[in-house]
Amino acid sequence: MTIPYFPGCTLSTQASGYDRSGRAVAAALEMPLEDLPEWQCCGATFPLATDNSMALVAPTRLLAEAERAGGHVTTLCAICFHVLRRTQVALAEKPEALERINWFTETPYEGGARVSHFLGLLRDEVGWEGVTARVTRPLAGLKVAPYYGCLLLRPEREIGLDDAETPTLLHDCLAALGAEAVSFPYEVECCGAYLSVSQPELPRQLSQEIVASARAHGAQALVTACPLCQYNLDSAQRPQNGEGVAANALPILYFTQLMAVALGLEEESWGLEGHVVDPRPLFEKIGDRLRSRLES
Amino acid sequence: MERALIIGGGIAGIQAALDIANSGYEVVLVEKEPSIGGHMAQLSETFPTLDCSQCIMTPRTVEVGHHELIHLYTYSEVERVTRNETRGTYTARIRRRATYVNWDECTGCGTCQEKCPFEVVSDFERGVGTRKVIYTLSPQAVPNKPVIDAANCRYLQSKADIEAGRVPAVNKRGKPAKPKCGACAILCPVGAIEWEQEDEIFEEEVGAIVVATGYDLFPQEQLKTYGAGRVPDVIDGMAFERLLSASGPTGGVVRRPSDGEIPKEVVFIQCSGSRDPEQGMPYCSKICCMYTAKQTILYHHQVPEGQAYVFYMDIRAGGKGYEEFITRAQEEEGAIYLRGRVSRLYRENGKVIVKGVDTLSGRPVEIAADLVVLATAAISRPESGRVAKLLGLSADEHGFFNSSNEEVSPLESGIPGIFLAGAALGPRDIPETVAQASGAAAKVLALFRQGQERLEIGDWRLEVGARGAHAPSKSHP
Amino acid sequence: MSRIGVFICHCGHNIAGTVDVAAVAERVGADEVVVFATDYKYMCSDPGQELIREMIAEHNLDGVVVAACSPAMHETTFRRTVAGAGLNPYRCESANIREQVSWVHEKDKEAATTKAAAIALSIAHKVGGNEPLEPLELSVTRRALVIGGGIAGLQAALDVADAGYPVYLVEKEGSLGGKMARLSGTYLNFDAAPALLQRTIERVERHPYIQVLTKAEVAELSGYVGNFKARVETAEAAPTNGRIPYTLEIGAVMVATGWERYDLGRLPEYGGGGLPDVVDGLTFEQMLAADTIRRPSDGRVPREVVFVQCAGSRDPEHGVPYCSKICCMVTAKQARLYRERVPEGQAYVFYIDIRSAGKGYEEFVQETIQTKEVLYLRGKVSKIFADGGQTIVWGVDTLSGRAVEIAADLVVLATPMLAADGAPALAQRLRISTDAHGFFNEAHPKLRPVETLTAGIFLAGAGQGPKDIPETIAQASGAAAKVLQLFSHETMTQSPLVATVVPELCAACGACVAACPYGARELHPVLNIATVNAALCQSCGACVVACPNKASQVHNWRPGQMLEMVDAVMEIGD
Repeated sequence: MTIPYFPGCTLSTQASGYDRSGRAVAAALEMPLEDLPEWQCCGATFPLATDNSMALVAPTRLLAEAERAGGHVTTLCAICFHVLRRTQVALAEKPEALERINWFTETPYEGGARVSHFLGLLRDEVGWEGVTARVTRPLAGLKVAPYYGCLLLRPEREIGLDDAETPTLLHDCLAALGAEAVSFPYEVECCGAYLSVSQPELPRQLSQEIVASARAHGAQALVTACPLCQYNLDSAQRPQNGEGVAANALPILYFTQLMAVALGLEEESWGLEGHVVDPRPLFEKIGDRLRSRLES
Repeated sequence: MERALIIGGGIAGIQAALDIANSGYEVVLVEKEPSIGGHMAQLSETFPTLDCSQCIMTPRTVEVGHHELIHLYTYSEVERVTRNETRGTYTARIRRRATYVNWDECTGCGTCQEKCPFEVVSDFERGVGTRKVIYTLSPQAVPNKPVIDAANCRYLQSKADIEAGRVPAVNKRGKPAKPKCGACAILCPVGAIEWEQEDEIFEEEVGAIVVATGYDLFPQEQLKTYGAGRVPDVIDGMAFERLLSASGPTGGVVRRPSDGEIPKEVVFIQCSGSRDPEQGMPYCSKICCMYTAKQTILYHHQVPEGQAYVFYMDIRAGGKGYEEFITRAQEEEGAIYLRGRVSRLYRENGKVIVKGVDTLSGRPVEIAADLVVLATAAISRPESGRVAKLLGLSADEHGFFNSSNEEVSPLESGIPGIFLAGAALGPRDIPETVAQASGAAAKVLALFRQGQERLEIGDWRLEVGARGAHAPSKSHP
Repeated sequence: MSRIGVFICHCGHNIAGTVDVAAVAERVGADEVVVFATDYKYMCSDPGQELIREMIAEHNLDGVVVAACSPAMHETTFRRTVAGAGLNPYRCESANIREQVSWVHEKDKEAATTKAAAIALSIAHKVGGNEPLEPLELSVTRRALVIGGGIAGLQAALDVADAGYPVYLVEKEGSLGGKMARLSGTYLNFDAAPALLQRTIERVERHPYIQVLTKAEVAELSGYVGNFKARVETAEAAPTNGRIPYTLEIGAVMVATGWERYDLGRLPEYGGGGLPDVVDGLTFEQMLAADTIRRPSDGRVPREVVFVQCAGSRDPEHGVPYCSKICCMVTAKQARLYRERVPEGQAYVFYIDIRSAGKGYEEFVQETIQTKEVLYLRGKVSKIFADGGQTIVWGVDTLSGRAVEIAADLVVLATPMLAADGAPALAQRLRISTDAHGFFNEAHPKLRPVETLTAGIFLAGAGQGPKDIPETIAQASGAAAKVLQLFSHETMTQSPLVATVVPELCAACGACVAACPYGARELHPVLNIATVNAALCQSCGACVVACPNKASQVHNWRPGQMLEMVDAVMEIGD
């Protein structure tokens, strides 16, 4: 059974590792992702102006495509998910806005699309036990701090994916893979998001605080579900004086990458290239442990 | 019929009862708790005068307790009200819950409370203190007679178990099973404990009803951003009040619940659940700006080297002397007021880290607090729905009763003979509540006077004529 | 030898936090007239009062002193307690060790304890010399006087008259309605205020138990609770510029004199008084009441309207330090109404805090901001001036940290509510007090909001402090309840602690008659001594000072007792 999939811009470029590992994991779980035939950028922000529906045209077109593909679309990018989900809710609550938008689009949106994030699909369609059943390389001994960021969860009433203050999705995912989830106070703090474009100092500072907190609580890595969070947390650890990454820097991983490792998929599909803080040494350690287990 | 029923024995009910009874009419006052006084009895001191709350209230509660014309039912609730159309009266069915203590015999000596071996978390102490299973709410309670909390009483529970056959009727040693504990009954010098006591039903016929059921507080557990009730040393305003109170669980010394230490940095968060359509109530709870300022002042008096911080959105201080009181908290007592909201708080190394913002400097603020006090929203009481149905009252979507016209008849319910007063209508402070309670009493008195013979008033009008001065009529009664 | 019992109250922390109450009980107990002394947490509570009753019986006490808070608080309570135990209530007194000791000497606990003991013992000695007196019974004239015909006065009058007692309603102006008559509509419901008011006025004018006197003022009030005489002067039906006096006999007075507008001329920095398009809230109400909103200068419909809150309130330097309570809501109402009537217009509100605490008020303001799109700017306005035909407003938006300049067509200043002009003078005539701003003082800010410290005189409405219409109406009914309570009995009791004359010492010189401010003394034509009208006497003591022979004494405040008190203080001072 294939799942209609909206990759979005970032996963097709900067965060291709997330996309690759995601597709591999989905295939391994017998729910391969199939791209929507027609898609464009979702807009990357959910517009808050209530008197201007034009800004909703782009995501609405995607919802219309989803309808044509069967009604459901999933995504890996937290921001795409945020925009599409809130658009879906906004149009459901304001039929007159939907009517006005449909005047401008070729394919009208009827209002019946369902938007999911892959993490939600794992929880609801596969189940964490189903995931564990498929794990061949448990990540035993790996201490990972789950980092949710903001856009994946808030505003809770509209997004409805998980509790916005004390979420458990990534915690459960880590547990299902055999890893140890390290709770820390900055799990849902903002990394600075798009300010990395206009005021880069701010996301840098915020991200460093998040990583420092995770480290102080004993984490060896952080896991996230958002390419912008990954980018901010990762690049914040790149020293500005041209020197190498610090020895205690924490790799920032996508949950799909951890899943690819744990499900025993080929290293090609892990998508670990391009990280500022290289995660490979971490997995080598696991590899060693696994080997020593097999040998004993 | 010139008798009044007052539902609710907080300051509103007390004031209305006194105004009506002191005018010579009988009053039936029904209160749910074992004693009267409502939330005002839990307060340490009141703003803006910093009078000790008990001191200004106890003369009134004692007057109610002793008044010849006030019939006080405590630990009681009104179960049903029927209107007698032909007589123009209401008949109230009142259930007095079993206290398991004979209040006529009881002298209020307090031995039972002292000797009861079991403690439970006390609602009156707002979770920061305990009470015994047989208890009075406070040493100044009116009536000063205890009740037994049946659900937690070992004797009553084990007795019920034996009677229901949940435990063997004969114990291992072959003796008939006996209920456990019973210390109070054994030690009571006048034998006032009555294990067989049952709820009692009373019927009272009255000519007017005043609804003064008061308010409740928003449960901290529903404030997810502020720890959802699970972070130690995050308490609500009323709990802080109990810590400040001389008759409270810490003898009036402010101590952190977690370790009993005196907090040196206390963060007060206003609007916890108020003005918050997403997490709580959309409305303003009116009294929190003032009581928070009061609490910072009282805290500073006790811990002069301590520092209080207040996160606020707007400061609402409209009453007489209120503005000056806030200024006093800021300028004389050194409370730091930060205009901004708190986004989250969490526990770290024995402190509560509070992350907020100061919008006036545009900077985020992080405070490592020893104690956090949430000024939680004032909400309607859980039984307000039942009371509304009982009397046919209309309530708004938050459970506060509606008056027939908020502008010009704020105390009238629209139903003949039924009047409203106090925080049951919406959050308000003590002076407003007291004035309203007297106002409702005035309506009742006017109603009662209509049924009575008109006073012989004689020729009282002045003659103000068209031509010059006329001497007023000489005959005055 | 007297048998006095002294009870020292902790008053929670209020006294015990500063005074060593156990030590006071010990020191006082050592004195020979004190046969029992103890301390307790809350003397005013039920157990506290029970303690007094028990000790009276157990120790056969013939006098009681409760060293606690001010006698004004609980002396009546304690007197009732001892009366219940069979002791004459005038053999019981409060010794004030709270307001006069613990509250003012927080820093020096030792000295405070000594002072408390001195005060407690001196009162014990005084009580030892107290005569057991009986209260006086006085008749009650069951008619009320309401001063002020605004919504407060109207409501108070109706509540008393509905109960069947006659009410005289005295209004200074030529018509009833007060400031409410100038409103276009009330907030929340926008019911046209004049229509609402009109219905109330009609009820009052038609009421068989209310007589309205317009263009009238109270020139003098004499007497005492239950037995007042008011001299009211009315210009109605008087010869030109003259006034006709009437004497009213009443039992209670309700003061509902309302509020006054702030002179715009006091805000020159805001163009007040100088610029035609800078108006105050009440003026804007009139503009709203017209068919089209037109600005004063040229009659054009204003497109940019700036509302300035706290224009004079919360301003200790130039204006009044207090908050006027209603302006945040009034401004929101006015801004909203403006936007509804002039949809293409823009409204701005400069504020410091938004005070919208009543029922539905918060939601009202939020809707004004969000749905009605009124722009709220948090910051004060520094200057308003005319420039090239426009009214320029300079202010700040503290939340963005930027200065703001608006070229306004109209500026509405939310000016303070002041106490009525004649309020302090009226207070003097009625012998009640006002605060520094001219608002009448209530007997206790928390639990006695509608009474004054002068028995029989009650307060309602904005005369006591700024408040809005619903609060005023509820408070007016509250004041009426007090009057109804007073009128519910045919007679009332008066304190017997009045002046008296020792006949053997009186030389009938008449000095006391001249000295008495209440007209309570006369020279008896036959007995040739001075006599006291106990009902009028207020125990001020002026006659005691005036009398050269010490023939004039106040019951239970005799010179001999005073000397005993001094002795007691000296004893502790050692």
